[in-house]
Amino acid sequence: MQEEYIIKQISVFSENKPGRLAAIAEALQKSNVNIFAFSIAEASSFGVVRALVDTPETARSVLEKLGFAVQFTDVIAVRMKDEPGGLHQVARILGDAGINIEYAYAYSGREAAVLILRVSQAGEAISKIRAAGGSLLRESDLS
Amino acid sequence: MHCWDPRIETMPKEDLQKLQYRLLKTLVYRLYSFSEFYHRRMKEAGVHPDDIRTLSDIRLLPFMYKHDLRDNYPNRIFCAPHDEVVRYHVSSGTTGKPTVVGYTRKDLDLWTTSLARALTSCGLGRGDVIQVSYGYGLFTGGLGLHYGAERIGAAVLPTSVGNTERQIELMQDLKATAIACTPSYLIHIGEAAERMGISIKNDTDLRSAIIGAEPWSESMRTRIYETMGVKAYNIYGTSEISGPMFSECTAQQGIHIWGDIAYPEIIDPVTGEVLESGESGELVMTVLQKEALPMIRYRIGDITRIDDEPCACGRTHPRIQRITGRVDDMLIIRGINVFPSAVEHALLGIPELAGHFLIEVDRKGSLDDMIVRVEVAPEAFSDRINDLINIKKKVEHTLKSALNVAVVVELAEPGSLPRFEGKAKRVIDRRVI
Amino acid sequence: MAMFWDKERETLRGKRLEELQAKQLRWTVSLAENVPFYRERLREAGISADDIRSTDDLSRLPFTKKTDLREGYPFGFFAVPRREIVRVHTTSGTTGKPTVVGYTQRDIDTWSDLIARNLTMVGLTADDTFQNAVNYGLFTGGLGFHYGAERTGMMVVPSATGNTKRQIEMIQDFGVTALHCTPGYALHITEVIEEMGVTLDSLRIGCFGAEAWSETMRHELETRLAIDAYDSYGMSEMYGPGVAFECTEKHGLHIWEDCYLPEIIDPATGETLGPGEKGELVITSLSKEAMPMIRYRTGDITMFIEDECPCGRGLRIARIMGRSDDMLVIRGINVFPSQIEHVLLGIPEVGDQFMVYIDRVHHLDEMTIDVEMNRSAFSGELGDLVGLQKQIQQRLQEALSLRTSVRLVEPGSLPRFEGKAKRVIDRRGDL
Repeated sequence: MQEEYIIKQISVFSENKPGRLAAIAEALQKSNVNIFAFSIAEASSFGVVRALVDTPETARSVLEKLGFAVQFTDVIAVRMKDEPGGLHQVARILGDAGINIEYAYAYSGREAAVLILRVSQAGEAISKIRAAGGSLLRESDLS
Repeated sequence: MHCWDPRIETMPKEDLQKLQYRLLKTLVYRLYSFSEFYHRRMKEAGVHPDDIRTLSDIRLLPFMYKHDLRDNYPNRIFCAPHDEVVRYHVSSGTTGKPTVVGYTRKDLDLWTTSLARALTSCGLGRGDVIQVSYGYGLFTGGLGLHYGAERIGAAVLPTSVGNTERQIELMQDLKATAIACTPSYLIHIGEAAERMGISIKNDTDLRSAIIGAEPWSESMRTRIYETMGVKAYNIYGTSEISGPMFSECTAQQGIHIWGDIAYPEIIDPVTGEVLESGESGELVMTVLQKEALPMIRYRIGDITRIDDEPCACGRTHPRIQRITGRVDDMLIIRGINVFPSAVEHALLGIPELAGHFLIEVDRKGSLDDMIVRVEVAPEAFSDRINDLINIKKKVEHTLKSALNVAVVVELAEPGSLPRFEGKAKRVIDRRVI
Repeated sequence: MAMFWDKERETLRGKRLEELQAKQLRWTVSLAENVPFYRERLREAGISADDIRSTDDLSRLPFTKKTDLREGYPFGFFAVPRREIVRVHTTSGTTGKPTVVGYTQRDIDTWSDLIARNLTMVGLTADDTFQNAVNYGLFTGGLGFHYGAERTGMMVVPSATGNTKRQIEMIQDFGVTALHCTPGYALHITEVIEEMGVTLDSLRIGCFGAEAWSETMRHELETRLAIDAYDSYGMSEMYGPGVAFECTEKHGLHIWEDCYLPEIIDPATGETLGPGEKGELVITSLSKEAMPMIRYRTGDITMFIEDECPCGRGLRIARIMGRSDDMLVIRGINVFPSQIEHVLLGIPEVGDQFMVYIDRVHHLDEMTIDVEMNRSAFSGELGDLVGLQKQIQQRLQEALSLRTSVRLVEPGSLPRFEGKAKRVIDRRGDL
């Protein structure tokens, strides 16, 4: 069952100007949405805010009500050992399998560090990581 | 057969050779007397105009090289009074300074006449609408073909380069019957038209294409005819001899070199010896009637052979066959000549780079794609993506300015490009024609 | 001493001029009768070529508007058989299709002669070297000046646009004495040479046109480049540049009355205005063969200067003071906001809301277009957004022949307009 390891990330189109992140964060706070991790990717005048949250559907509808363009993007989240070599382990598995990482960001949780990955072939990435004994988050782990 | 100037174009071979000898003799005397450059060159080679007693004595004369033009930048080889020069064109040089070509009114006239003969020999004339899709301005292709097409009384559509959809729209709406462009751009036009739902063959009046400035093949000719219904004619010339000047006739059996205008030789590029008729080697050109920038035995660097047999079209002037290669490392990207040394020279001036580079040339769709990979100097690295994008843009802009051709730059990690001990091999050309 | 290219025609005045104009007007109207559009309009106005007795009959003729030309695309306004056409140029239309302008060989000759008049008028001769730093190809500015300069016997450097450092190098290395470009580009060149710490010693004359510029700008260019700067006026519908040009007095542009019959009208009512009154310039061509133009509304705001010019030539118009429509001139290229709208409507990923900002950066016009992202077209991927942005820029470049920068903005963030939309914010100060 690979699908259960595919996680919905929210991606928000945002102009590159002061106050936009505050507007997004405020809206999520008011609706009690908890943010596990987020990153910002920029391109000249605009960017995409990516976030992993506990209630993606709520987050999406709140932000859309405010006028933001929001999409779900499929990512995978891998638990890493929070010690030297943790990232290397995961990256090597994907590299050896010829899977390209489009982007990644990470957060350090209570039990482990988590690496969020957008990869070219999600299904294959999941099976390779699991076969190598790695552990992935399910969507239910976040809610 | 329709000729622009039947008397000259079908002149008996012997008469043509007599005419060539007379023109050569006049040229050599003129340059020996009035050109400091040629006088010195002939002196150094120990040859005097009186030594030229037959046409084949031309081989006694010294060669002229591209670097001679650079060394005498911008116009020290010019052999006409300043106020008689009416035009400049500029092409890329091997490094830094470009190659400058000047024209007197008579030079422009001769160039235009040469093209009028060429275009007429491709079956074009009054009533045709000729779309000139070569670059205008300093590049010789645009203005050259423009004047030639105007001379034969055709209507000229001066679209210049770029904006392919608009070009196709105008071709269709203004009923262009012929186009002058690079072979790859013609194929690109065909493909773009198809995407727009337009068939060049069925929906336009285009029937001929005068294509050149880059190598192409017989299989491309067949493909162009089958897919677009367009007869393609090869055109040849470099800015040093004026610009595009010579083309195939409707017989499509090689490019007629008008003997009263130019005298071609084929030499062994290593020994400099003149090869037998029909043998393949480096093309050397003497332009017999040029005033502002005379050219005696100019080493063009293209490899081809001469066919001196009578042509089916009835013209008596010799033909050169398709160019099969280069004697140096010059690249032709979308019709523009690019010397790797010019790339190197341009990159040296950018402090954010570490100096190593690699040129990769591909054919993307039908158009050439030149990618230059450069290493960023470690101290120029920034964690802001926009800073890196700006370095990339700066390098692209610098190269475009230096080479006059758009280049894609990719930033490589320091130390990732190959290092060379001996002769650097900085070009990977993956194009197949 | 004043120099002339064609003294007789340049100084033609009074009765002899009027007779020539009346004769040419009659000829123009009879040519125009070959064009279905004009035939119809003239019939409606109840006038034919035979009715033209003097230039006073001009006011009975109907106006021609830029939008009328769109109806005739591509060859609808040609008054001669196709075989007679030796050249076509195009210029921006108000929406998708460009305006096509055709020329006979005689048109090319007349046009080249007009340019030669202008260049001679400011003191250029066969001894000069002329760098033509404007766009060649379909634009009339490049080939127009090229042919005119060549006609005078000058040495022409067809440098076209771009690559400023090389342009400067050529001015220095070739001893260029006269430069033709847009005034904005001239100022840009000025800044670059000042940065480089060099001067352009051979340069003595600048011919600047294709965009409006001011006396302040002239002062800047003349002092910083040590040249005389002259204003050039024209439009593709009237051949191209060359319609009117300043003489060495630098007080108004001489409009060549043997080839063009000018009027100033109130753009709102169409009423003819008198000398010294500001209004829209309307031109009737008197020598155009392939594409005669009757009472063409140029959209440019100016006025006649009536007093005598010491140089001995005739009527002058004041330098252009503005436009009667919403046409923008960006780096010498005419842009209609309706063209931008037309392009954006063809791209489903963006909404139909947009704003245009025009700024001057290092003396060059920059056009920035804010476009609202269509919510449903957002994929969540940054790469797709960048691709879309590039695609819009490319489509705009194809339609406008102009590089723009496009910014994608959030849905709903641009102003909405109740009545007439004000989608252009021009932040360029006075030139």
